[in-house]
Amino acid sequence: MGFIIELLIAFFLIVSGIFGVVGSYGMIKLKDPMSRLHAPTKATTLGVGGVLLASICHSVLIEEHLSLHELLITLFLFLTAPITALFIAKWHIHRHEKPSDLPDAGEDELWATHAVEQVEDVPDHSKS
Amino acid sequence: MIRLLHRIFPHPHLTLLLTIVWVLLANNMTLNSLVFGLILGIIIPFITQPYWPDRPKLRNWPMVVEYILVVLWDIVVANVTVARVILFKRDADRQPAWICVPLELRTPEAITVLAGTITMTPGTVSSDLSAQGHNLLVHCLDAPDPDAVRDQIKSRYERRLKEIFE
Repeated sequence: MGFIIELLIAFFLIVSGIFGVVGSYGMIKLKDPMSRLHAPTKATTLGVGGVLLASICHSVLIEEHLSLHELLITLFLFLTAPITALFIAKWHIHRHEKPSDLPDAGEDELWATHAVEQVEDVPDHSKS
Repeated sequence: MIRLLHRIFPHPHLTLLLTIVWVLLANNMTLNSLVFGLILGIIIPFITQPYWPDRPKLRNWPMVVEYILVVLWDIVVANVTVARVILFKRDADRQPAWICVPLELRTPEAITVLAGTITMTPGTVSSDLSAQGHNLLVHCLDAPDPDAVRDQIKSRYERRLKEIFE
């Protein structure tokens, strides 16, 4: 029984290690900045998730006490990672993309990052 | 009586969430941490209440659970797909694409959840909103068929979020 438990924990650790390595390799291999942005969002999901699952299994099955700290790490990562990615993406659009390079924004005509650059004085929303 | 309760607990779900997070942070199930978590869970929503104007009501709790499970499953599947793209596809063959997802959602909270979900599922990163918030700009790592990606986002995530929030 102990062997199976160790096998399970080792499996989670190896899975997370593989995805961590692939994510880092992607940072080198992919050439354009927007594609590079995909690598870190990958490492935080399965890469970190595997370590956390292994940690929960270890504390529950081997040390025999319930530890759910790890769920919080997942929760905080899921809150912070998309915001970081969005900021980097917006920076990229701001510095490197012209409105004509991006797909049509439909009835709004411009994407928010470009729209802010065009408006000379930002409208005052506090009155409405 | 109910109005009094509502003034003491302006945001019951936040109270519950803060208590659970505090107990998890303390990482031991004692009455001590539970009571202190409850105190924080009552005080924080009470103080921050003015910053939560017109919160949306979550309508469909089974759908919330279904949504979380669908997203977790998609993260696992998409991770494998993206790992294959990185390892086995030559960089010249890869077809990165910008796609525009027209939004039916109007609640800011729902759009935030949708954008976050798109970023967390590997292979897609939500990059910008259109000026009035009617479209979402998404970057795909490898999309031979951009329309299929857009349809999948709309049918898998947006439809469920619409049932949850609106």
